[in-house]
Amino acid sequence: MTVNREASGGETGLAGGAQAPSAGPDATRAEAVKSHKSRHWGEITLFTGPALVIFATFVILPVILAGYVSFFHWDGGGDLGKFVGLENYRDVLHDSVFLKSMRNNAFIVVMSLVIQGPLALGVALLMNRKLRFRAAFRTMIFVPYVVSEVIAGAMWRLILDQRGILNSALLQLGIFDKPADAIGWLSDTKIVMWTLMFVLTWKYVGLAIILFLAGLQGVPDEVLEAAAIDGASWWQVQRRITIPLLGPTIRVWMFLSIIGSIQLFDMARLLTNNGAPFDTTYTMAMFVIDRAVRMRQYGYATAAAVVLFVISLVAALLFMRFVMRRDNETEGGAV
Amino acid sequence: MANMRRFGVFAAVAASSALLLAACSSSGDDKNNNSATNGGNGSQDDAVTITWWHNATADPGLAFWQTVADEFEALHPNVTVKVEAIQNEDLQRTRIPVALQSGEAPDLFQQWGGGEMVAQVADGYLKDLTGLVDDDVARLGGSVAPWQVDGKTYGLPYQFGPEGIWYRPSLFEQAGITGTPATLSDLSADVQKLKDAGIEPIAVGAADGWPAAHWWYNFALQSCPTDVMQSANSSLDFSDACWTTAGEKLQEFINTQPFNTGFAATSAQQGATSSAGLVANGNAAMELMGQWNMSVMTGLVDDVDGLLADLSWFPFPSIDGAKGDPTAMLGGGDGFSCSAGAPDACVDLLKYITSDDVLSRFAAEVGGIPSAPAAQSAVADPTLKTIADFMGKSNYLQLWLDTSYGPTVGGAMNDAIIQLFAGNAAPADIPAAMTAAAAQQ
Repeated sequence: MTVNREASGGETGLAGGAQAPSAGPDATRAEAVKSHKSRHWGEITLFTGPALVIFATFVILPVILAGYVSFFHWDGGGDLGKFVGLENYRDVLHDSVFLKSMRNNAFIVVMSLVIQGPLALGVALLMNRKLRFRAAFRTMIFVPYVVSEVIAGAMWRLILDQRGILNSALLQLGIFDKPADAIGWLSDTKIVMWTLMFVLTWKYVGLAIILFLAGLQGVPDEVLEAAAIDGASWWQVQRRITIPLLGPTIRVWMFLSIIGSIQLFDMARLLTNNGAPFDTTYTMAMFVIDRAVRMRQYGYATAAAVVLFVISLVAALLFMRFVMRRDNETEGGAV
Repeated sequence: MANMRRFGVFAAVAASSALLLAACSSSGDDKNNNSATNGGNGSQDDAVTITWWHNATADPGLAFWQTVADEFEALHPNVTVKVEAIQNEDLQRTRIPVALQSGEAPDLFQQWGGGEMVAQVADGYLKDLTGLVDDDVARLGGSVAPWQVDGKTYGLPYQFGPEGIWYRPSLFEQAGITGTPATLSDLSADVQKLKDAGIEPIAVGAADGWPAAHWWYNFALQSCPTDVMQSANSSLDFSDACWTTAGEKLQEFINTQPFNTGFAATSAQQGATSSAGLVANGNAAMELMGQWNMSVMTGLVDDVDGLLADLSWFPFPSIDGAKGDPTAMLGGGDGFSCSAGAPDACVDLLKYITSDDVLSRFAAEVGGIPSAPAAQSAVADPTLKTIADFMGKSNYLQLWLDTSYGPTVGGAMNDAIIQLFAGNAAPADIPAAMTAAAAQQ
C-alpha cells in the first residue's frame, strides 16, 4: 500500500514540477510527497476529528472526571467536599450490598451464556434450513430485542405480578384457590432470579439467533456439499462443520452477552422494582444509581461505577486476549 | 471473515444509532427546559416565564394546579406559567437534583423540606424568602417549620398532615371487628381475625422501601421518649436503646405475618396491584400511609364514590408500656421552593398558591389537609376531618424520619429496615447502619 501511494504521489509531483523549475526532480518529489502526506493527514483529521472530539468529550472526559470524583465524599451538590483518597473504594469493596449485587451479576453472566447460547444455536440451525414463513419467524424472534427495555420490563411486571395476568389466568384455571396461594414470580426470593433469567432470555435470545443465522450464511456451500457427498449425516455436518465455522460469531455474541449482563440495569429495574424482593435481583448498575440519586452519595457511587467499569474492562480484555485472539489473528493475516 | 466484519459494522451501526437516538431525545428535553427557565428579574411589565414542577401527575391534582396557574396568569398578564407534572420519585431523586446541579433549575418546584432542603440551602440553590413571605409564615403557623433553616424561610407548604392506618370498614365488619385498634395488641388481634376470614390484613409496598420503613418509624416514635426523637433530628445520635427496642417490637409484629402475600415485590402507588391499589380494590384491609393516600387510591378505582363511602382512618396504635408519647404522630407535607435565580414573580405565585382561598379550594377539590389553618374548615371529607382532628390533639409531630435525617442517613435507615423485613438483619443493625451513615456524611 505504501509503495503505491508514493508512486502516485511522484507522478503528481512531476506534473506540478513546472511551477518550480529551479528545483531538482528529487526536491520536487520530496515536496510532493510532503504535500500529499499533509493532505493525507488533513483527510484523516477531517473525517475522524469530529468523532474523536465527541468521543473525547462524552466518553473519555467523563471517565476521567469519574475517577477524580470517586476520591471525594461528594453529595451531588455544590463543591466536591472532603477529599478521602481511596476510602470510597475500600468501603465499596467491603459493602455487603455491593458484593451481593456483584454475585447477582456473575450469576446473570453465566446463566445468560448457558441458557441463551445452546437455545439460540438450536433455533438458528433449525431456521437455517428451507422453511416456510422463514422471514416471518425471524421477525417474530427479533421483535423482543427491538422492543424498548422499559416497555418490556413494565409489560412483564404486569404479567408476573402477584395478582398479575399470569397468576390470574392460573387462578381461573383452578390451579390455585385464592390469590394468596399464587406463585410469587417476582416476590419469592427463591424464584425471582429465574424469572429474571426467563425474561432476559426472551428479550435477548433474538439477537443471538439473528447473529448466528447471519454467521451461518458465511459457511461455504462447497464444504457442506463435500460433506454430503462423503455421506455425512445432518448431525455430523452441524457438529463437525457448521458449528466450528460459526465459532467467531459465537465468540462475538458471547462477548456482547457478557458485557451486557455485567451492565444490566433498565429492564431488571423495571421488572423487579429496583432489585426487589430484598435486593435479591440487585445489580451493580442499580447500586451505582441508587447510592447516587437516592442516597446522594455521589462520590461513593462513582467509586462503585469505576469498579464496575474496571470489571467490564478486565472481562473484555481477558476475553479478547484468550478467547477471541484466534479470530483477530486470522483476520489480520487475511488482510 | 468477511462476515465477521459485517457483524462488526452491524453492531457498530446499531449501537451508534441507539446512542444518537438517546442523545437526540434527551437534548430535545433540555431545549424545552432552557427556553422555559430564562429567569432574570425583569420589571413588572416585562414578559416573564415561570417554570413550575410539581408531583401531581394525576387528576384531580393535575387539573387543579393547571387552574391555579391559569388564574395567576390572568391576574398577572405579563407572566407565563409553564407547568410540568413529574412522577414523585423521578422528580425528587433525579430531575430536581440534576436541574439544580446543572444550573438550569425550574423557578418553582416541589419541596419536601427537612435534611434534603438543608443540603440545597447549603449549596446556595434556593431563594431566601425571609422578609418576602413573613405574613404568609405567620398565617400558616407551625407547619412551615420543616421549610425553614436557621430561622430563614426557603419554601412554603401547601399541605401538611400526619400518617395513620387507612382501612376498609366493610372488610373489618366481614371479619367481625368492631371499632378500631388503640394498641398494638389490639391491632395484632384484628390482623388474626382478618386472616381467619380469608382477608389479607395489611398491604405494604415494601419494594419501594420507604412504605415498609414507615412501620419502623412509627414503632420508633412509640418506643422513644419525645426528647430523644427531637434531639436526634439535628444530632443524628441513635445510641439510645429505644432505637433497638423499636426494631425488636417490629420484628415480633412482622413474625405474625400481617402483610399481603408478595409484599416484598409490591410497589406503593402504581396500579391495582400496588399496596394502595390492593386496599382501594378491597383486596387488603389496611395500609399505613400519609394523608395523600386518599388521592392516590381514588386514582386507582373506577367507582370513586363507592370507595370513599367505605374508606376510613385511625392513628397508629400505641404500644403498651413503651416510652414514647402515645399521641405522637409522624407527618410531613408538600411545599414549593423558588430556585436562587427565579424571578420575583415566582414568590408571588408561591404566595398565591398558599393563599387561604386557593388552599380552601385545594382541600375541597383535591382532598388533603391544607397547611393554612383557615382553609382546614373547607375539608369536606369526613376521613380527612378525622385526621385533622387527631393532628390537633397530638402532643408531638415528627417529620418523616428519612426526610428529616437527609438522603444519606435516611437511605441507609430504609435499607436496613427492609433487611429486617427480609429477616436478614437484627433490630440493632438499624441504628448501627444509621450511625455509620451519619459518620460518612
